[in-house]
Amino acid sequence: MKIVVSVKQVPARDATLRADSTGKRLDESDLTYEMNEPDAYALEEALQLKEKLGGEVIVLCAGPDRATQTIREALAKGADRAIHVELEENGIPDALATAGLLAKAIKPESPDFILTGLQSDDLGYGQTGVMLAELLGYAHATIVMEVEPEGDKVRVKRELEDGWYQYVTLPLPVVLTIQSGIKKLRYATLMGIKKAKTKEVRTVSVADLGSDMESQATTEQIYLPPKNKGIQMLSGEPRAIAQQLVEKLKFEARVL
Amino acid sequence: MSILVILEQRGGKWNRVSFEALAAGRKIGETMNLPVNAAVLGSGIESLANEAAGYGVPTVFALDHTLLAQYTPEGYTLAIQQLIESQAPDVVIFPHTYQVRDYAPKLAARLGKSLISDVVDVKVHDGGISFVRQLFQGKLNSDIHSNDKPALVSVQAGAFRAAEPGGNAGSVEAFQPQLDQSQIRSRPEAPYQETARSVDLGAADVIVSVGRGIKEKDNLPVVEALAEALGAELAASRPICDNGWLPMERQVGSSGQTVSPKVYFAVGISGAIQHLVGMKGSKTVVAINKDENAPIFETANYGVVGDLFEIVPALVDEIKKAKG
Repeated sequence: MKIVVSVKQVPARDATLRADSTGKRLDESDLTYEMNEPDAYALEEALQLKEKLGGEVIVLCAGPDRATQTIREALAKGADRAIHVELEENGIPDALATAGLLAKAIKPESPDFILTGLQSDDLGYGQTGVMLAELLGYAHATIVMEVEPEGDKVRVKRELEDGWYQYVTLPLPVVLTIQSGIKKLRYATLMGIKKAKTKEVRTVSVADLGSDMESQATTEQIYLPPKNKGIQMLSGEPRAIAQQLVEKLKFEARVL
Repeated sequence: MSILVILEQRGGKWNRVSFEALAAGRKIGETMNLPVNAAVLGSGIESLANEAAGYGVPTVFALDHTLLAQYTPEGYTLAIQQLIESQAPDVVIFPHTYQVRDYAPKLAARLGKSLISDVVDVKVHDGGISFVRQLFQGKLNSDIHSNDKPALVSVQAGAFRAAEPGGNAGSVEAFQPQLDQSQIRSRPEAPYQETARSVDLGAADVIVSVGRGIKEKDNLPVVEALAEALGAELAASRPICDNGWLPMERQVGSSGQTVSPKVYFAVGISGAIQHLVGMKGSKTVVAINKDENAPIFETANYGVVGDLFEIVPALVDEIKKAKG
């Protein structure tokens, strides 16, 4: 089986975020980056599928040069090779344009499975995987918790809302967007890290792919959400804060 | 010129976010003087369509087909695509549900468009409409302008006050989509709920909820002590349950339980929208977080920026003193 996992590099979870001088883009000057967490779970599922079915795991990643670090991490954990769609530093395409690039880059591989996280922790569109399926003509399922391959089909458990679930059977090839937390993530071993350095990473540029997809939605501004005026902030030493809070709980919230 | 709102039902029951999407549609429609119509999909949905018309919707399109009885992304995409092509609305608004997340990007890609997903506000101005959406799990907002027709937009739960029944009842118009079994590749089984919950957080008066800020499972006694001192139920945000540190049934948020206690303590919870929708109904929210820009402070009544490992034990002591 040929299993593709599409991963994204995003700013680290505890990063301090602010707009740059244009007001339209993120100030990236002090940021550190990591693999988008839902994609890390997709990678884990892909590696386990390969252990079950044989074949290879190909990492697919669109991002600027710095994304190489995330690609190497995936290779160190056990993926076999990678395709890096190289974007310009500030060239952030929208979900459809990204999906268009990824579709063009991966189509010649004719994978059986494409796995990706259910959304990215940065822009949070939650669309790229589903759009990729549509552009490739693949079936898809989203918010997947379990993957049971059955020959030329796959049966998946999907999460619905409010504690409901559903099994769906789909024909291969298929795109699955994976829910976070479904398996325990593996760590890269020292041997894995060493081997990753010799694994193939093929870089393709936007020009190579001849993408004609333009973003139709334009970002006018990004900004910190307006402050909540109804909040009372408590400050001081921990003891003093605790005393103030107990007063509030007693006399305002009336739960003590 | 019109706005089309897609209402969602499952098994004959509305998803409540449908009427929040209707409210978002009206916010645009009223300013731009456009009619706000709606559509409902399924099989045998006449009474639901009539009910929707009772919300003062001029035209409710009833997309009734046996192949829409069970949701599939293929069936829904085809049916809504055909309705859009026939009606040419300016804006199509979806509730941002798990179901919409499953098919709306497919529909958008087929129409060659992006979906402006997870919108929390709309701003109508001379230059058109800007949609406000959150980035980075609510840490930043962005205003998005679309020149597209139709603009495809999904609205986040809890962002708009749901439309209520009333107003001039509209009419129901049957719209028969052309669907064929061969176009539908997904074979869904019936949705089910996992074994009944033994914890009903919805009934709790006080909840102490813990998030990633607790760092590791061994630190849980810190918040357990607070829950015990308050006589509160212990709850958590998704990552804590994903890690197996607390059982899934203690999860609050869009994929867990919805709660409305008198007091909700959010301890080390940043406040991603998926969590906020589960606890917005709380009467009082106390947030303790080390990041002063954490979105949880937007929903909180009392906020503490600091180290939970210093503040929570002090709070436990003071509560014990106060209780005598």
